[in-house]
Amino acid sequence: MKNPTAANSPPPTTDRPTRSRWAIFGEKTLETVIRLCGISAIIFVVGIFFFVFKEAMPMLGREDFSVTQFLFSREWYPTSEQNVRYGVLAMIVGTFSVTVLAMIIAVPFGLGAAIYVSEFCGPRMKETLKIIIELLAAIPSVVWGFIGLTVMSQILVKYAGAQVGVNILNGGIILALMSVPIIVSIGEDALKAVPDSYREAGLALGANKWQLVYRVLLPAAKNGLLAAVLLGVGRAVGETMAVLMATGHAVQIPHGILDSVRTLTANIAAELGEAPEHSDHYRVLFLTGVLLFTITFVVNLTADLVIRGLRKK
Amino acid sequence: MNPLTITGLMTAVAVTSLAVVGCKRAEGVKSAKTTIQCKGSDTMVNVVQAWAEEYHKQHQDVTVEVSGGGSGQGIAALIKGTIDLATLSRDLKEEEKARARKNTGKEPRETKVGYDALAIYVHKDNPLEEISLEQLSNIFAEGGTITKWSQIGVPPLGGRDEIIRVSRQSSSGTYEFFREHVLNKKDFKLGSRDMNGSKEVVELVGNTPTAIGYSGMGYATPAVKMLKVRPQAGAEAVAPTVENTLSKKYPIARSLLVCSLGEPQDALQTFIAWILSAPGQDIVRKCGYIPVPSATGK
Repeated sequence: MKNPTAANSPPPTTDRPTRSRWAIFGEKTLETVIRLCGISAIIFVVGIFFFVFKEAMPMLGREDFSVTQFLFSREWYPTSEQNVRYGVLAMIVGTFSVTVLAMIIAVPFGLGAAIYVSEFCGPRMKETLKIIIELLAAIPSVVWGFIGLTVMSQILVKYAGAQVGVNILNGGIILALMSVPIIVSIGEDALKAVPDSYREAGLALGANKWQLVYRVLLPAAKNGLLAAVLLGVGRAVGETMAVLMATGHAVQIPHGILDSVRTLTANIAAELGEAPEHSDHYRVLFLTGVLLFTITFVVNLTADLVIRGLRKK
Repeated sequence: MNPLTITGLMTAVAVTSLAVVGCKRAEGVKSAKTTIQCKGSDTMVNVVQAWAEEYHKQHQDVTVEVSGGGSGQGIAALIKGTIDLATLSRDLKEEEKARARKNTGKEPRETKVGYDALAIYVHKDNPLEEISLEQLSNIFAEGGTITKWSQIGVPPLGGRDEIIRVSRQSSSGTYEFFREHVLNKKDFKLGSRDMNGSKEVVELVGNTPTAIGYSGMGYATPAVKMLKVRPQAGAEAVAPTVENTLSKKYPIARSLLVCSLGEPQDALQTFIAWILSAPGQDIVRKCGYIPVPSATGK
């Protein structure tokens, strides 16, 4: 391969073909830049964690603030004039209930669609479906929230018999619709990565298509499929705007999927703007951020360990 | 020579401090384009948006940018210095004034630009016509005893008896006004649906036959009904109308304010003066709110 810079420079004086000084310098610079890009992820994660933790820290050392109460009380009165109480239990329950419901809907749909796109449909259908699924992923979350608030809520009141249209079911359906495209596109990539020789061997042994998928492809692609599902979970836990609008934003422990809830993310989004800087309310919201950070960290760590465990088998 | 220099210096200091502390954006009157940033009350966001459009038609060199988020967010942004004008649907709190003075060295200046009757909304099919402040407090406040429609004499709506409370997020001025004047500073009962905007409250109430909510009178739609409010049990119920608000008969009427840091200057001053003039107050009326009576007389 000839370097274009070297080709343009005056003919080298020695017999041996050498690269120009600029080419070597350029290569080194590029290498450094790329290395920096790689390391930057670490810097950002540590930096963000440090900042969030630093803002939350002073609250932890306070005598009038108990972490147990923060985690296990359901009373959230951050701006009360009589008795300020910070308890996020209802929001933890809210976050989990919406996420779990979303995953119950999204995982079968997402994986099913991934298997269909990758194994069963024809090339033309495949292209159309992939484009449309990517389009689904491009809809902004605030638009999803709007659909939840206006369209979905009326449907739920009319057909599901809900007393209020904005509830866990609404949020769960909206979040499921948002995470399905992620699960489909990553799941499809994972299935595509299974070598064709597996398929050929399976068919040669007389397996039908369903047996091939169930016995050969799913076990072979399980790591990638798990990653797809977990990224979907990540999206659902971290989503803010859509759940803020679709779940009803009510601080209460739900008794069924037609009750309204509030999630941790939505609470931060709704309240951080008005909380005066460095006030107690502001610090408690950052503490909620630390809690969210911990939840996603645990989810990711578990996923990592599970994948490792699967690999060893 | 000497006094002149001193005067010049003083002017320079005054101008600089003004530019640094006060209206960062509105200060550039000499430049061709001026932008006034407004933020705050969701109740007022429609009005301010309408002002912004009309004002820009008449003053091509001034652009007014508007965003909502709640009165609390407006004040927070004003103190941080990211906006020029905060809009408020409640009075400024002493604690906020103190914070503004401490952080910026300027006294916040409020200007009354209109009135709103805080309306109590129910679904249009709800047979209820009037409600007392005490009943409202019992429905919305922590420890209140009313949770079912049958407790205030309304038959179950569509087979359901539970009252769905629709409230606002805590940054809302409407939320704080309601807490102060209806709940007497008591806290809200947990489990209310806390909407993120005035319009969303009315929309949810319109979709939910068993709901009750509160919002600005400008957001009324055909799907909802405004209730008459009784100041005390046994007293005459008052409808949220213009006359009743101006005569202070309606018990939960409030002023709509705009707030700047220090005495408004230059472009900002002109804008506020225009708001109080006839065309500005006409817009207040068109948006469903009540103009300031003294200002319209001019």
